[in-house]
Amino acid sequence: MDMKAPEKKLGIKEKYRLLTRDLAWQPTYRSEKEIYPYLDYEGIKIHDWDKWEDPFRLTMDAYWKYQGEKERKFYAIIDAHAQNNGHLNITDGRYLSALKIFLQAISPGEYAAHKGFARVGREFAGAGTQVACQMQALDEMRHAQTQIHALSNYNKYYSGFHAFAETRDRIWYTSVARSFFDDSMASGPFEFLIAIGFSFEYVLTNLLFVPFMSGAAYNGDMATVTFGFSAQSDEARHMTLGLECIKFMLEQDPDNLPIVQKWIDKWFWRGFRVLGLVSTMMDYMLPKRVMSWREAWEIYGVENGGALFKDLAFYGIRPPKGWEDAGKAIDHMSHQFMLGFYQWRFGTAFHSWIPSDQDMDWLSQKYPTTFDKYYRPRWDYIKRAEAEGKPFKNFGLAKLCQCCQLPCVFTEPDDASVLCHRQTTHKGEIYHFCSDGCQEIFEDEPEKYVQAWLPMPQLFQDPVNGDLAAWMDWAHLTDGLDNGEYQGSSDQRNFDRWRGLATSNT
Amino acid sequence: MTVAARAPYDFKPRDLMENFHGKQIVYAAWDGHLLFAASFLICVPPETSFRELVEGPLAQLLSIDPDAAAIDWAAVQWLKGNQPFSPDFDQSLVANGIGHKEQIRFRTPGLNSITAAA
Repeated sequence: MDMKAPEKKLGIKEKYRLLTRDLAWQPTYRSEKEIYPYLDYEGIKIHDWDKWEDPFRLTMDAYWKYQGEKERKFYAIIDAHAQNNGHLNITDGRYLSALKIFLQAISPGEYAAHKGFARVGREFAGAGTQVACQMQALDEMRHAQTQIHALSNYNKYYSGFHAFAETRDRIWYTSVARSFFDDSMASGPFEFLIAIGFSFEYVLTNLLFVPFMSGAAYNGDMATVTFGFSAQSDEARHMTLGLECIKFMLEQDPDNLPIVQKWIDKWFWRGFRVLGLVSTMMDYMLPKRVMSWREAWEIYGVENGGALFKDLAFYGIRPPKGWEDAGKAIDHMSHQFMLGFYQWRFGTAFHSWIPSDQDMDWLSQKYPTTFDKYYRPRWDYIKRAEAEGKPFKNFGLAKLCQCCQLPCVFTEPDDASVLCHRQTTHKGEIYHFCSDGCQEIFEDEPEKYVQAWLPMPQLFQDPVNGDLAAWMDWAHLTDGLDNGEYQGSSDQRNFDRWRGLATSNT
Repeated sequence: MTVAARAPYDFKPRDLMENFHGKQIVYAAWDGHLLFAASFLICVPPETSFRELVEGPLAQLLSIDPDAAAIDWAAVQWLKGNQPFSPDFDQSLVANGIGHKEQIRFRTPGLNSITAAA
């Protein structure tokens, strides 16, 4: 009898080859150019797509297995969190503001990254690249979902979580993150990879996720810690891929270097501006603080970023142009931005507050050269005015930066007593910027940024035409519930009452 | 430089004056008074006189600063688009050359009770 020999099990390498490279075939009745029309116009030259190495050699079957396991663990913990009133374990209701900003500004960014990677997975020619982008697209979708699911528990009890998608599109501070992702998605495939794969995932992600997740851990928020952990192993893969892609571009052709350098300059600065939101969270919004924004910058920016750019010097890459200005802004940005958040609190879908004396002492200890000199006097005045029954509310809308869309709250890099005023005229129209970095990005591609939808000027156009109440309706913001001071808010009342019920007999 | 694109790329700015129903935007900032986190966006008709702008919406927005009542408008130093500027208070914004989205700034030397240390 003829016995069939059992087939040899495939090795990882072989399996990877069959499930990626082997899926690519040579087109016969359509040209490469017709199939991949987006590869040339950015000026990047690729000679051999097979040189793209996926360091993880991850195949779809292994991917499903790992991710499925993580999902099961994640949802088990989220269920436990919901059933055990996990929301009452957080340190204080003020912590919720950090979560609201995350959900309104960052989670939709995960979804945008999903769309972007799905697109470039189709636009790139190499099979290895296509598969890597496809898996990252799935990861990003999963991150958006797990974040929304984790935070939906809080939506049952607190304000400001209910309309994050609309908030993301319509409120001013969220438009900063939105504009970042829209800009990347409106770029060609190679620039998109530098924007998200390299600058966002590699250079900046530590400054975004590590402080948020350790902030969550310090403040008793198991739901957020869990989605953080669930995403962490994906992030490690994304970071490696981001670095791989930049090396690939640089190794393929020497002409790619100036283009890549320009994108690194641009996307570092755009990312740094988005981090303005994170700096306020770290310095002002965590009831129990992890570290100051400055300390986080020292570790993840200066040390890690510095080491990275040292490595890339081999390829001729220098640190991003805005690096020095960023360093000068570190001791100021969270204070300048928080002062804005507080005075425009009528227009935020989260609560803010005047820092307590204890908070301010911590800030002057962490920012010995700037806080007492520049920022404490302002908070002291605001506090006095509040005590005299004249709460400090600025009902003027703010001038926004045409590029990053933040209110122009930042001062001159070398003079913290003067706001940074930058403007340019393009085809007869005046445009304003928060910094030299943003002005240079605009001037490189003015046609792109003249179309920017800026929430503040927009408020005076159709359909709102300057009517603040109509704007609130349109932005899904309920006045007196979602916005304003934390002290006296329904979030504060409810959190204190429920926590009282959970921890005492009254 | 110009945008890298595969086809003609020319789109309308979103903040053209024609979208503001006969009004324009003026940005105004009080130098050295950083209790106000950013320049104010003020939306008024271009025929508004400079005096009406200053004594109306601008004065109202400034009133929450403790120095506001002590401003001597006759002694204020002005900038327009970051250049020195001498406004005619009784002329319109147009006649003063203050176009749509123009930035004006003013300085009040000696008057600075909160950020004097800075």
